[in-house]
Amino acid sequence: MKKTLLTITAILAIGISLNAQEFLEKSEVHGSFETDGMFYQADNDLGITDSLLNGKNFGFNAFADIIYTLGDFSAGFRYEAYAPPIAGFDSRLEGQGFPYLWATYATEKYSFTVGNFYEQFGNGLVLRTYQEWTLGYDNSINGVRIIAKPVKGVILKGVYGTQRFFWNKWDKNGRGIVKGMDAELNFNDVFASMTDSWLSLTLGGSAVSKYQVDNDPSLKLPQNVGAFAGRFNVGVGKFNFTSEYAQKINDPSAINNYIYKNGQGFILTGSYSTAGLGLFAMFKRYDNMSYKSDQSVSGNALDINYLPALTEDHIYMLASMYPYATQANGEIGFQFQVNYKIPKDTWIGGKYGTGLSINFSQINDIDKQKANDTAGIDQRGTLGYKSEFFKFGKVIFNRDLTIGINRKFNKNLKGIFTFINQEYNQDVVLGHTGEPNVLANIAVVDMTYKFTSKKALRGELQGLWTKEDKQDWAALLLEYTVSPHWFFSVADQYNYGNDIEANRLHYYTGSFGYTYQTTRIAVTYGRQREGVVCVGGVCRQVPASNGFSITLSSNF
Amino acid sequence: MASMVLFGVVLFAQENNAGNKLPSVTIKTLDGNSFNTRDISNDGKPIMISFWALWCKPCKLEMDAYNENYAEWVDKTGVKIYAVSIDDARSTAKVLPFVSGKGWTMEMLLDPNGDFKRAMSVNMIPHTFILNGNGEVVYQHTSYYEGLEDEIFEIIQKVAAGENPNE
Repeated sequence: MKKTLLTITAILAIGISLNAQEFLEKSEVHGSFETDGMFYQADNDLGITDSLLNGKNFGFNAFADIIYTLGDFSAGFRYEAYAPPIAGFDSRLEGQGFPYLWATYATEKYSFTVGNFYEQFGNGLVLRTYQEWTLGYDNSINGVRIIAKPVKGVILKGVYGTQRFFWNKWDKNGRGIVKGMDAELNFNDVFASMTDSWLSLTLGGSAVSKYQVDNDPSLKLPQNVGAFAGRFNVGVGKFNFTSEYAQKINDPSAINNYIYKNGQGFILTGSYSTAGLGLFAMFKRYDNMSYKSDQSVSGNALDINYLPALTEDHIYMLASMYPYATQANGEIGFQFQVNYKIPKDTWIGGKYGTGLSINFSQINDIDKQKANDTAGIDQRGTLGYKSEFFKFGKVIFNRDLTIGINRKFNKNLKGIFTFINQEYNQDVVLGHTGEPNVLANIAVVDMTYKFTSKKALRGELQGLWTKEDKQDWAALLLEYTVSPHWFFSVADQYNYGNDIEANRLHYYTGSFGYTYQTTRIAVTYGRQREGVVCVGGVCRQVPASNGFSITLSSNF
Repeated sequence: MASMVLFGVVLFAQENNAGNKLPSVTIKTLDGNSFNTRDISNDGKPIMISFWALWCKPCKLEMDAYNENYAEWVDKTGVKIYAVSIDDARSTAKVLPFVSGKGWTMEMLLDPNGDFKRAMSVNMIPHTFILNGNGEVVYQHTSYYEGLEDEIFEIIQKVAAGENPNE
């Protein structure tokens, strides 16, 4: 609270130093807020009993984010309240306050920020702080950031501070301090001779370090852990290549079972793009690359870096049943994608043209061999293992083939047809120890019919077939929209093929919403299965539950 | 106490709602060059900025709808559309081939860590801003339903004619 008052006082002080007229003319305030409320009811079929709810039959998450700008100066804050947090959010979020307070002075060449900030170096392999409201995730750094752009095409960044850990105050014997520098050079901007070159080239490099006091009673842990990365982005005509390689000094932690091995991360992508056709290929390898500002933390918090997942992001209800999450301790994989627009007025393309996309990805464990004869693989306090860089391990984490066809039949009717073949390692990704990999086929038919220029009905019919996990599913969704204000929708996901008859459950929901410009209210009743749900034109991550939910959000 | 301050700020903000200018944030073009959002411009004609992502299906439907009408809209109003992808490092490199495969012709930008999104107070996507010839935000809309493009085009026409779209 003290800090808030300080910020507000600072804003006022700057305001008063200008004359009132100028202050009012140049001041700008904007922001957004959202409140999400959930009212739970017992649902014995889902295992939610009255005694489990224990009187806690509601959850409430809310925030308000305000930004104030006066010329080159801006400042802002975000107020958050979790009273208590909605099911699926970390219980340590319970409480309220101002976790995000900042002030920035930025000119064309320099930017200086004090307070909380979000930053990303390159792909984030050594540093990325960000906030994701729908996940309850926030690892912002609280400290100082300086960005300099001394000449066009050169960006230098320096950051220093400590990361947000729910509502916990920083303490010198707790989580560590993060320091980092990044430099990026765009050759086409820096060298006049390359301004209109056929070659576009950007190079970048980062160095990050964390300092944390070693409190471990048995092991001698490194107090300073450094990580370094280099990257490039090359464009040659219709081809584009990007790559980043990162190395991390040994960093024994709860995540890697306290092994002293160095970490590595590598991403290489290539693409070819021309009107109507896009090709994409990618190779990636992470080896012992978890990097947190507290080595004893194992959950979703205090990450200094970000290791992007490599698989296709699925949106449909059943297609998002088995979502992949990056395995920071080690994974190796590749991905290919084709996007093609079959031209219109051809036999296959039809009157409007037809979109075709194919995506294939596979991710395996990295190869792990004993580091020496005396220690086992991943044994605590040792070097852990040896690993050959390009060798794939035997265990498949995830394999995914997705084929999508997008077609408009006439002025009123269009459809999207999706087929997915998946292999998914529940043991490793979800921690379902001993469970076999899921082999699943998924098909989705998504049709939209426009009655008038503003009224449309959309229907989704989905099927998921597998012998593993909960066996076969079917789903149906109907959504009626009246642009630009209203939507009404009903959906059901039915686990009709479950081997256990008592578990052949329906997950039904009904919802409606109203949008006026940027103010939106949506009400949903029913059972939610965990996953990404898109209703009424907006997508969000939703945890499992039964009951009412109300979302109100606005922006000004 | 906190909520009182908040309420005050919100009231103050709503008074000053229209006419906000674009913040200065450095994001990326599809080929990896830096781009300052203050450089978003269109010679005094209307500008539209639309936030989208590969993982957002309604956003892609919205982009398809805008792209289908883009040539006609440019013809009639001179509007320029900037489509800002907020895909993170998981799929930033996939945006360029995807956009090519779709044949979209709007100006494309990448905002991989949400810096521009945050500075514009975008909460949910799709989120569309319409700016007048002076670069001031005069209209915003969240979410996409089939047919929204007709309403959006009406707004653009009003803005192009120098009218206030909220009246």
